[in-house]
Amino acid sequence: MNRSEKSNISSRKLKDKIFHIFIGVVTCIAIVVLLWLFYDIFKNGLKWLSIRFLLSYPSRFPSKAGVVTGLVGSFYVIGLTVLFSLPVGLGTAIYLEEYAKDNKFTRFIKINISNLAGTPSIVYGLLGLALFVNALGLKRSILSGALTMSLVILPIVIVSSQEAIKAVPQFLRHGSYAVGATKWQTIRKIVIPTALPGILTGIILSISRALGETAPLVMVGAFASSWALPKSIMDTFSALPVLIYDWTGRPQADFKGVAAAAIIVLLGMLLIINSVAIIIRNKFQRSID
Amino acid sequence: MNGNNKKLKVSARVRKINLTNALAHRVLLIFAIFSILTTIAIVVSLFSNSLGFFSKVSVKEFLTGKTWTPLFHEPKFGVLPLVAGTLLITVGAAFISIPVGLCSAIYLSEYANPKVRKVLKPALEILAGIPSIVYGYFALTSITPVLQRFIPSTQIFNALSGSIAVGIMTIPLVSSLSEDALRAVPDSLRHGSYALGSTKMETSLKVVVPAAISGISASFVLAISRAIGETMIVTIASGARPQFTFNPLESVQTMTAFIVQASQGDNPHGTVGFYALFAVGLLLFLITLVMNIFSHLIVTKYRREY
Repeated sequence: MNRSEKSNISSRKLKDKIFHIFIGVVTCIAIVVLLWLFYDIFKNGLKWLSIRFLLSYPSRFPSKAGVVTGLVGSFYVIGLTVLFSLPVGLGTAIYLEEYAKDNKFTRFIKINISNLAGTPSIVYGLLGLALFVNALGLKRSILSGALTMSLVILPIVIVSSQEAIKAVPQFLRHGSYAVGATKWQTIRKIVIPTALPGILTGIILSISRALGETAPLVMVGAFASSWALPKSIMDTFSALPVLIYDWTGRPQADFKGVAAAAIIVLLGMLLIINSVAIIIRNKFQRSID
Repeated sequence: MNGNNKKLKVSARVRKINLTNALAHRVLLIFAIFSILTTIAIVVSLFSNSLGFFSKVSVKEFLTGKTWTPLFHEPKFGVLPLVAGTLLITVGAAFISIPVGLCSAIYLSEYANPKVRKVLKPALEILAGIPSIVYGYFALTSITPVLQRFIPSTQIFNALSGSIAVGIMTIPLVSSLSEDALRAVPDSLRHGSYALGSTKMETSLKVVVPAAISGISASFVLAISRAIGETMIVTIASGARPQFTFNPLESVQTMTAFIVQASQGDNPHGTVGFYALFAVGLLLFLITLVMNIFSHLIVTKYRREY
């Protein structure tokens, strides 16, 4: 081996080392930004956070403002959203995984679902405004918000349910057929119960998506300065992210702190929701062993 | 007699079971068609409401006009300032999400040991799970002040801060999809490369990345498409001034931000200003639709099976 070959090898090894460190550092940038984001939000918001904050109505005065209308509004919207999107999403997933043949129609449905997943949520907001608020005359109500939100999360519910159903081993179905069960009995009594933890995890994750979605709700008329709690699903409403949006946009510095406090509440709820999903996933993994 | 009765009962039950079985198929098919109806509803509502707009403003004026002043006494509806705003945000975001996302993907798939991976991967997932409204707050109250310290001419609402936040938000999209693509490349290719004396970097960049290029480029397209449709970050951080500029330090307005702003203002149902919402929404929908189909084509047409 002559000299130049040797130096070639060592320079290539050096390059490899530098590359390794470089991409490692770049990956950590994302983590640093994440920590910076959390630090700033807690620094700004923690002093505004209290039980009173959770139970108060919005106010012109930062020290009196609270999120109760947002919490109740979000609760209503998400409850109805799950109610609407679960049967349709799960039904579609069952159809695609258990019934659909591999033909043009099925492929069209699948491409269509992935396109819906990639459609910006603001476009769903426009649909909600045109169809639910105006054409169907549901006005700027909880119902309009929930119907719009159902369409936003429908693709997520479908795809996650499909994954869960796909994971059910084939031999369970065969066993069911072997004792004379029909296809529907097999699906209802074997496939869905086995896939249930996976389906639930998907639903929970789509709830966490819906909880933070702001644009579609703003479009169908969720507003921040709502002074009363809704009594029916036809009432006007507020939502937690809509309050954050409103407070962030105000010029007074104190409202930025109030917005940060509301963000802490939102992140806390997301943390709880995702923990539940992880617990369910772990239980499921254990039960398969 | 008793036996006959039982037989009747059993056959009635069997008939019921078979009936539900046949019915289930149809009901589920209706659910599946529902997703197609959603797309049709989007297209119809955008088109029909845009008609009210295009009866007053010509398509040519809309697509080529350089002034967007819907609230003026003599309103002008040239969409180019909004498109320029969106483009500025999207390009800025892509400059962050694509390189950082790809580096993370290569690191996680080729270099990181399992322990490091176990920490980094969930952290990236958290980044993906944070709602865009939170990034909007972060852009306005954390990123913009830092920018203003380094570049004093930065306006409070500026395109740069919004595009940085959109870029950060779309990093996990690029990194997770690209990592999936890299991991799908079989080890035999890596072993072949090592057998020829390549280093890990040479193997990663000259063998593994090219082999996974369809999945990687699809992730780029999806990240760009997400940036185009991103709404809350740019509404909060990048301002509401539709101007035909490519200066990232100035306040701009994107297509999405216009839609939010106009929907909150006093644009009574039936006015040109109201229908303008849907014309811009239609343009946005068509752009993202084309990008989504494009990424789908990249994956299906150029995927190499190993």
